[in-house]
This record gives sequence, C-alpha cells and structure tokens, in this order.
Amino acid sequence: MTRVFLVDDHRLFLSGVRAELAGRVDIVGEAVDVESAVEGIRATSPEVVLLDVHLPGGGGRAVIESVRPTHPDVVFLALSVSDAAEDVIAVIRAGARGYVTKTIGADDLADAVERVREGDAVFSPRLAGFVLDAFAGDLPAGAALDPELDQITPREREVLRLLARGYTYKEIARRLEVSIKTVETHVSSVLRKLQLSSRHELTRWATDRRLI
Amino acid sequence: MSAARRPPIAGLPAGLARDRDDGLVAGVCAGIARWIGVDPLVVRVATVILSLANGVGVVAYVVAWLLLPAELSGDGAGAEAEGSRERAGELALGVGCITFGMLLLVRWSAPFFPDTLVWPAAIAGLGIGLALARAGDGERTRWRALTGRLPGNPAAALRAGWVPWLRVLAGAGLLVVGLGTFLASNGALASLGVIGVSVLATVLGGALLLGPWIARLAGQLGRERRERIRSEERADMAAHLHDSVLQTLALIQRHADSPQEARSLARRQERELRAWLYDDRRPAGEDGAPATLAGALDRLADEVEADHHAIEVDVVVVGDCPLDPGVEALVKAAREAVVNAAKHSGSPEVSVYAEVTGDRVEAFVRDRGKGFEPAAVDEDRHGISRSIVSRMARHGGRAAVHSAPGEGTEVSLTVTSAPEPAG
Repeated sequence: MTRVFLVDDHRLFLSGVRAELAGRVDIVGEAVDVESAVEGIRATSPEVVLLDVHLPGGGGRAVIESVRPTHPDVVFLALSVSDAAEDVIAVIRAGARGYVTKTIGADDLADAVERVREGDAVFSPRLAGFVLDAFAGDLPAGAALDPELDQITPREREVLRLLARGYTYKEIARRLEVSIKTVETHVSSVLRKLQLSSRHELTRWATDRRLI
Repeated sequence: MSAARRPPIAGLPAGLARDRDDGLVAGVCAGIARWIGVDPLVVRVATVILSLANGVGVVAYVVAWLLLPAELSGDGAGAEAEGSRERAGELALGVGCITFGMLLLVRWSAPFFPDTLVWPAAIAGLGIGLALARAGDGERTRWRALTGRLPGNPAAALRAGWVPWLRVLAGAGLLVVGLGTFLASNGALASLGVIGVSVLATVLGGALLLGPWIARLAGQLGRERRERIRSEERADMAAHLHDSVLQTLALIQRHADSPQEARSLARRQERELRAWLYDDRRPAGEDGAPATLAGALDRLADEVEADHHAIEVDVVVVGDCPLDPGVEALVKAAREAVVNAAKHSGSPEVSVYAEVTGDRVEAFVRDRGKGFEPAAVDEDRHGISRSIVSRMARHGGRAAVHSAPGEGTEVSLTVTSAPEPAG
C-alpha cells in the first residue's frame, strides 16, 4: 500500500480523509501546520503527501520548499477548497504533482494518490481551467520568454480542454485515439511547463492581483 | 444614537452640528458646510479670511466649537447634503458674499488692519481656495477616486484632466495678484530685491519649522483613514457572514433529516462564499444579475442545484466576456442541457465547461449518466435537444448533442459573440 502523509489544518477534515482512505492506503502520519508537517515528513519518509494549500505558517508551498531539498522522492498532491488561481498555481509551481478539490470522492482520491505515486500528474477540471487561463492568448510583444516552455502545443491544449470538460484520462485517450500513456505524457509535459515557465505571471489573474 | 451626545441647544437649527469625521480641527467648518450644503473648503477659506479681519474668524470658530454639539457624519444628514449638492455652486457664492459683507462690516467698525493688508489677503485666500477646492460636479467623483477624502492635493489635480488644471492656474494667478497688490500698496515693489529675499527666507524658515509637523499630521491622518476603512471592511464582512453563512448553517440544521437538501444548501453557500472571497472579476449588473458569462454560469449552477437536489453542477470557465444576446442564448441553452441531465441522466454530477477565445464562446455540458441512442425514439429528450439546437441557430450559433447508451451525454454549444465595444 502507498505510504501517505496527511497535512491539513482542519482536524475534522483530516479525520474524514483518514476514514475514507483507510484500507486503501497506509497513512503513516499527519500534521496540522508547516513546522510539524516538515518534521513529520522527514521522520516518516512517505511516498505521497496530501497537502492542504492553505496552512498556518506559510502554506503548502512552504512545506514543499522545505522538504524537497532533503527528500526529493516525496511526491506532493495538493488538496484544497481554495479557488484562487494564484494560490493553487503557486503550490503546483513549488513542485506538487497535481491538485484536487476537497469535494473529491473517496475512490477518485485513492486513485489520484496512486497516480501521482507512479509519477503521473493529476489535474482536476478546475486546475485544467486555471492552466488554460495561464497559457491563454498571445505572448506580449517583446516579452523575453522561452517558446519551448511558455507555450503549450495544440495537442496539449486539446487534452487540457477535455480535462476541463470533465473527461477522465481513459475517455480522453479513446476520444483522441491515443493510448492512456500518451495522455499522461501530455499532462506531465504541461505540468513541467507550468512549473518552469514564467508565462503564468503574465496572465490576467496575475496582473490583476499585481503579482508581477 | 449615542447617549454621550450633548442634547441640542435650544434655538440651534436642527441638523447643525460639528462633523468630527470630516473635520480638520474640530469639525466646525465641515459641520457648517454640511448644514449649508457646500464643500467644507468654502467655509474653511471664509473662516481664514475672516480671521485676518481682527481675528473675527478665530473667535467665531471657538464660539461655534463650544456651542455646536459633536456628531459623526453619515447619519441621515449626509443624504440631505447629497441632494443639495447640485446647488453647491450657488451656495458657495452665497457663503462668499456673506464673508465679503462681514469683512466690510469689520473693516468699518474696527479699522485695525489697513486695507492694504485685508484686500490682498482676501484675493490671495480666494486664489488658494480656487486652487485647492475639489468642488465641481462631474469632477467631484473623479477627485474622490483620486484622493479619497484628503482635501485638496494639487498633485492629484494635475492628473484629473484640464479643468482642475485651469482652476489651479487661475487660483495661482489670484494668489500672485493678491501678493503683488500687497507689495505694491506698501510701495515695496520698488525694493522688491531686498524684500523678495527676506520673504523667501521667511517662507523657507517657516517650511523648515512647520514641515516635519505637517508631515507628521498628514501621516496621522492617513493612519486614521486606513483604520476607518479597515473597520468598515470588518463590519461589511460581519454583515456578509451573517446574511449568508450563518443563515445557511441554520437552514442546514433544520434540514438535517434530508441529506440531499442539506448538501445542496452547503454547496450553494460554498460557491457563493468562494465567489465573494476570491472572485472579484465577476461583476454584477445593475439589478444584481450577473453581467458576464462566468457569473451567469455560476448563477445557472446555483439555480439548477436548488431545483434538483440530486445533482452537482461543476462549472469551469476559461476567460470571460460580457453578456450579449448570443452569449445569453448560449447560457440559456446550457441551462436547458443541465436541467435535462439533472432530470434524465441519473448521474449525480454535471460538468459545465466554457471557454472564451477571441470572439468565440464555446460551452460543453457533460454528464456520465445513462445516455441515450440519438436515433432511438425518445420524444422527451429529443424535444429538448431540438429546442437547444434551434435556440442556438436563431442566434447564429451551433449546438450538437453527442450521446450513446451507457456513455453519458455531452452537449456542445458555440456562438460567435459580437465584437466587444472598445474601451
């Protein structure tokens, strides 16, 4: 069973997730703030960390940034009620392999944990929407950006749109007549671009909120 | 009303009180200005001019301070003043005339100060008033946006278009004329060289002495204003939480025996609170109805969830655009599709995805329910898909329904929106 560590500042939610995932994954520990999360993850070396985006002491992003240098193999999956694009994107850019909303069902959550453990990226429809927003429109003239990283291919855009429309990887594969592995490759590639590109800083929501 | 307020003194006109919120010293001028219905600056300048005439203004100010009850602005009287704002120009003129008259009277009865001081000072005061005044009707709103409640800030005036420019120039002109008259009448213009240097030295000295104090005062005013804004925001938030979240929690407790209903209430509240917290980019129209595609789709999800408790509507929107007839038709068609899915698909979830690219708007409504065979006779579903298709066709859009038994249903809608008006 996958060894999972839970981080969420709402104990009620923690116990709910623990009950839901019991028997499907091995929950090795849990924490309610950044400090105890970093300590706990270092002590237990889990395979996957389910990480709340908003945490006292710096947010999920701070946990990832502290743990990654010492434990690069730990995989993070962001779990949040937050709908603020910049919060979610910040955690993904810090290194999370995916983002699911807290209303996700138990089966889907267990499935998502399994997928990120295997190295795939997990995009909820909402995250797909955020990413499409981030890569929307033409590059501003004169912006010194890397075309390799700052643009997504038409195929990747197609996959993202289907994800945003609520399609599963399997359904996307069937619809585009490719293998599931190909779909996963596209999604991972989009994730990599999102983490490395500076494109997201030019999006409407970023400029609106004066992040740049 | 607070008990700490002094009872109105008999014989004092109703509504006449000090306005501590807007005031600079004790709010006397602001209070009088509000009572008359003019800009506080008019009364302030009048007071200063009268102060030059043997200090009448200062005495009058102190007397008024003692007599007038203190009152915070914004209760009732504010609306009154708002109504008389159209006449603010005439009223300001009236205040000017009264000041002028009193000036003449003082000059007559107690000629302590020579004409050569009073008149130039009056002209210069008028100039300062003109340059700093923020009155003027359309301009006023612009000013508000620029400076908040800070009284006259010439630097901001320079950004507000040519009218304030003109006024600042005219005011500066009057100021120069006033000073010039003063110097000329003293026969000092001839020896301007010497006097100029001494005046300059005096001004510089004054600035050095008073500068830090003024800066501190301005900082304190800014802090107070920020504090006030913060407490207003806090009150807003408390009101919002009370109206929405607490009410919903009460409703959920009452519907504890009906999980579907409780769940739908919770989801609805969640969406609303989330929109309130994170989404300031979905402006509402005049009557509170959404003004953009994203807002309209959120509202759609709310309404369908309220009517069909067994369904969850998940909305994802990329980009946004204002509602025009074509986009509205798309939202209505999407609504029919969602309702259709709620009624017939048997799926607990419907995804709505909309994307705005350039002038094209696309929407997809998808469920993972039992689906149907498009060719098979199912009058109900067929009728609905036909009505969706024809609705879209009427607005130059397209609609297509994809479904197969066991595969769920997807309705795709496309419309080419009218180009957005510039600006």
